[in-house]
Amino acid sequence: MSVAICVEALTKKYKDVIAVNDISFNVEQGHCFGLLGPNGAGKTTTIEIMEGIIFATSGSVTYKGKEVDDSISQQIGIQFQHTALQDFLTVKETLTLFSSFYQHTLAQDKIIELCDLSGFLNRDNRLLSGGQRQRLLLALALINDPEIIFLDEPTTGLDPHARRNFWQLIKNIKAQNKTIILTTHYMDEAEQLCDDIVIMDQGKIIESGTPHQLLKKHFSDVFIYLPEQQVSVELVQKNQWTIQSGRVEIMTTNVEKTLVMLMNNKVSLAGIHVKSANLDDLFLHLTGHLLRDEK
Amino acid sequence: MNFKRFFAVFKARNIEFFRDKSSLGWNLFFPVLLLVGFSFIFSGDGRSAYKVGIVDVASTNLTQSNEKKEFFESIRFIDYIPYDNVDIAKSKLNSHTIDMVIDPATSLYWINDESTKSYLVEKIFSTQLNGYDRLQTSGKKIRYVDWVLPGILGMNMMFSCLLGVGFVIVRYRKNAVLKRLKATPLSAFEFVLAQLLSRLFIVMFMSIIVYSGCNLLFDFFMLGSYFDLLIIGMLGAFCLISLGLLVASRSKSEELIGGLLNIASWPMMMLSGVWFSLEGAPPVLKSIADFLPLTHLVAGARKVITEGATLSDISYHVTSLLVMSVIFLSLGSYFFSWNTER
Repeated sequence: MSVAICVEALTKKYKDVIAVNDISFNVEQGHCFGLLGPNGAGKTTTIEIMEGIIFATSGSVTYKGKEVDDSISQQIGIQFQHTALQDFLTVKETLTLFSSFYQHTLAQDKIIELCDLSGFLNRDNRLLSGGQRQRLLLALALINDPEIIFLDEPTTGLDPHARRNFWQLIKNIKAQNKTIILTTHYMDEAEQLCDDIVIMDQGKIIESGTPHQLLKKHFSDVFIYLPEQQVSVELVQKNQWTIQSGRVEIMTTNVEKTLVMLMNNKVSLAGIHVKSANLDDLFLHLTGHLLRDEK
Repeated sequence: MNFKRFFAVFKARNIEFFRDKSSLGWNLFFPVLLLVGFSFIFSGDGRSAYKVGIVDVASTNLTQSNEKKEFFESIRFIDYIPYDNVDIAKSKLNSHTIDMVIDPATSLYWINDESTKSYLVEKIFSTQLNGYDRLQTSGKKIRYVDWVLPGILGMNMMFSCLLGVGFVIVRYRKNAVLKRLKATPLSAFEFVLAQLLSRLFIVMFMSIIVYSGCNLLFDFFMLGSYFDLLIIGMLGAFCLISLGLLVASRSKSEELIGGLLNIASWPMMMLSGVWFSLEGAPPVLKSIADFLPLTHLVAGARKVITEGATLSDISYHVTSLLVMSVIFLSLGSYFFSWNTER
């Protein structure tokens, strides 16, 4: 795999705030790269510097060894986290408008099919549902057939069904060997879509690698959860288990053995929940706060 | 400059405007309502003070005439405006700029039969005018509605230009539409030019519709050429749009832009001769009005309509609008920001 984007020692300061603090990473060609972190972690600032929308205080971003310049806008596709579409234009007119900006564009029929827009092509932008709107914004990001696509929290605010539909669209794009840079604070999204991830907090990278590598590195255990009232305090203290949100959290490498021990101690297993560690647990483990917590 | 990109933004902006029914309706009916309202409410004249032109007799050295002049001027709450040339004074009377012309040297006075105020002033001066011969202005009669038409159309153009460009750009900036456009190869110049020409097209189109529609109703007076009127209208609109672009060049706040647009528009409302003539106003007010684009648009259009002036006759207004346009556009382009830097 070749390196599509190289980020080196990137820093962005706003007066007293350091939004991005000396971060470096590479994005491989054809990979889906996830920038994860809570709100305010510096994800959007990082991605917007990579897009050439804002300037870094120091550091560099290179595309296949070339510094970012004005020509980059012809080669990349962007879906911003917050953006409005021009009022009173239909979906089709919006596609035509954005097509006119680029030298090379995908055929409109192909875009419509790829992003599943055919059902609402003549609808006013203002009347689109959240999912339809995100699909249109994705279509605008793909309209110039870019090699690199930036998606900044593309499924925020969507219902679970719409999110899963959107994931499928991204998987279809990924299958075309496009490089995707995705920011999200949904860990299930990152696990579904990303080949590599970087976890950011307070402007710094706190961990990076593939999701599998990171989970393997930090967790060998499985989590068992039981309602707090079903487990005696003595048993919790003796085993150094923790209590979180009314639930006893038991970490174990041997689920069967732990279950036998619980039954031997007359603990009811009603409401038991067993799960492997995920990226949410990883983030909690690394930072001490949940990934979706507001700062 | 990529014409394809420019034209796409130009077209999209026009579609947005024409599909916004409430805004379209407001732009069409507001000036018509104003014209109808003013023509009926004031039934001829909208000014609160009377203005009488006195043909200057200083050079004649006629003691008797000077005494008569002083006698006229003893009546309070009347603006007396001296004129050296009786023909100029008569043309001002004809175009409703003043209400009566008195020439004490020849014991003649003129009134405008189309003006209610002219009639009233004649009644006020009935005693003083004993021994004077009454004359009427000659030529085609100009009604107040003919006089006020350029003002109302100009004011409507001003609001359409300032608000239509200022608020739209700030809204685009606030909603990150500009940010999305910046992420494309569209240049700031292409975007600004498309906004400017789109608004110019909209304003001229709407003004022509309004003028033509009202013309059916009022049968407006028109002494000059429609082509000259179109040119001065386009120059005025271009200048006002440039001012709108300058005001909206950086801000992201609709509240701030509302305040700035008020600061820009209110002096023009009051001082640009929309509702009343500045004839006889203090020189300082006239000087301030000279720096306002609407003054030159209204004055130029009024001269074309009521005096039959050509573009060369109104070259001062044409030049003023061009100079102001260049200044506003240069500053607006220099300060323009997509404002994506947080």
